[in-house]
Amino acid sequence: MSERRQVRKQDFKKLSPFLWELPTSYRPGMRVPVRLFADDRLLEDALDDKSLEQAVNASMLPGLVGHVTVMPDVHQGYGFPIGGVAATRLPSGVISPGAIGYDINCGVRLLASSITLEEAQPQMADLASALYRNCPSGVGVKGSVKLSTKELDRVCREGSEWALDNGYAQELDLARTEEGGRISGADPAAVSDRAKQRGQPQLGTLGAGNHFVEVDVVDQIFDPAAATAMGLVAGTLAVQIHCGSRGFGHQVCTDYVREFQPAAARYQIQLPDRELVCAPLDSPEGKRYLAAMACAANYAFANRQIMAHHVRRSFEEVLGGRVSNWELHQVYDIAHNMGKIEEHAVAGDRMRVCVHRKGATRAFGPGFSGLPDEYRPLGQPVLVPGSMGTASWVLLGTEASMEQSFGSTCHGAGRTMSRKQAKRTVRGDQLRAELERRGIQIRAGSMPGLAEEAPQAYKDVDAVVEVVAKAGIAKKVARLRPVAVIKG
Amino acid sequence: MPSGGFEELEHTADWALRVRGRDLAELLVNAANGMMELAGVQTASGAGTIRKLELTSLDRESLLVDWLHELLLALELRSVAFKQIRLKVTGDLGLTATFREVPLTSLAKPIKAVTYNELQIEESPQGLFATVVFDV
Repeated sequence: MSERRQVRKQDFKKLSPFLWELPTSYRPGMRVPVRLFADDRLLEDALDDKSLEQAVNASMLPGLVGHVTVMPDVHQGYGFPIGGVAATRLPSGVISPGAIGYDINCGVRLLASSITLEEAQPQMADLASALYRNCPSGVGVKGSVKLSTKELDRVCREGSEWALDNGYAQELDLARTEEGGRISGADPAAVSDRAKQRGQPQLGTLGAGNHFVEVDVVDQIFDPAAATAMGLVAGTLAVQIHCGSRGFGHQVCTDYVREFQPAAARYQIQLPDRELVCAPLDSPEGKRYLAAMACAANYAFANRQIMAHHVRRSFEEVLGGRVSNWELHQVYDIAHNMGKIEEHAVAGDRMRVCVHRKGATRAFGPGFSGLPDEYRPLGQPVLVPGSMGTASWVLLGTEASMEQSFGSTCHGAGRTMSRKQAKRTVRGDQLRAELERRGIQIRAGSMPGLAEEAPQAYKDVDAVVEVVAKAGIAKKVARLRPVAVIKG
Repeated sequence: MPSGGFEELEHTADWALRVRGRDLAELLVNAANGMMELAGVQTASGAGTIRKLELTSLDRESLLVDWLHELLLALELRSVAFKQIRLKVTGDLGLTATFREVPLTSLAKPIKAVTYNELQIEESPQGLFATVVFDV
């Protein structure tokens, strides 16, 4: 690998108080500029690792339009930065599996309730334990759903609709899920036997790492009309579920990163990093990956739907009969690792593009026809979980996000400390004790794993949200604070 | 670099391992042992079963990725780990490995994938070096 000078602050042009641009003149091979949403502090944080180098590499993908967008929660990933958005023009622009990520359709679901914290507080420890017991999590865990190969193929094609047919969902859940919980174009024949073998026992599981189920209380409302439409009331409980497509999606990405290696050479695509390997969208390889990616996305929608079922079951088990209404209704479910074919305006021309979002959330503005009636005038709900023990946010997509960031915004707090450093700095058992002193119930399978996810290892989610709100690419609706966290 | 021929590097979101070997075969063995240490593999006592694995790949970097991925799959799907790995490189593009496969008793953290992120096997007078980034 050639040693290059790292990106510096003075390489950027400040376009507005919260938007910075690295022009194509910065490095030969850049096809479009890189634009970063950040304040001074978050820009300096982003300069600390290789995330902006990775954004520069991403700007060299063939067929890009507009600019590579980088969100304020950006951090270094592999190939493509976490918190990056890139759009390639149809039909001959490329699709890059590594620019979508291994955990295809990793995303967040938010359920809300009318249960007040006050009435649930006496049962909170039991509720946390029930969630930990009922939501399979951790290393090597298997789900309660027994799937035949044929049924797995149905999950691949139908996503949340499969879950609805099998008693794991309510109609409203699907209406309030990105794409209705089903991406079209899924073809199980494009998925390897290995991916199916990995996916078969894992449906309905949380996994490990930064995935979690979290019980929150609605702490502050910023947009009362939107909060009312979403059923979010200050002082009541809500639940976030963060997980993805498990080993199924990881294997789909692995297979296609491997398969695309010779394909990139065949299509004479030169890349600065082999993890960015890609193929034209209209090539046989590109089409097959899109069909396989849709299968993994649908698997993930079904997975979060089954997790929501387990969460509802836990609430009924612990709070049934103890509070007046223990029902949980869905606010929304969003993906933050996905490639989507969408129509956008680029330099005044409307065109179909493949938007790669890796650690970035779709944030479509008001009027989008894919939203349910109650949300259409408001814009698409956006769910931004914070780090463990800190706030999370409910936002709305805006017209400005359509104009500036291919209808995208941030996805979380964004790491700032390596996992190795977090384990050196923080002890899992001490962290759990500290969070419990602050009134947050913690159930976790691994103390070192807990330490890696310590809040000190992440940026300040409130600062990240402040930037996207001030830049106009999202609008604040509500802030949540945690009262129970369940991790693998 | 420690005597095991691998060390963990700082990486913001994922895990990275710097691996060394006097030759490609040793680099591949050290990478496998390093990956198992990163994942916190604990195994049952006992002799286990002797297994043989043969692989061919596109190039040396792909051989490293494919080899580690094969082991990851066995960890996840069959709950086994690997001891006493002996490995022979066949040409530039293949390997034959024999090892003792032993039941896994615990795994601290699963590795989702082995990536090609900036992956390049570098040659130096001290041997071969590579930095492997794992998605976790």
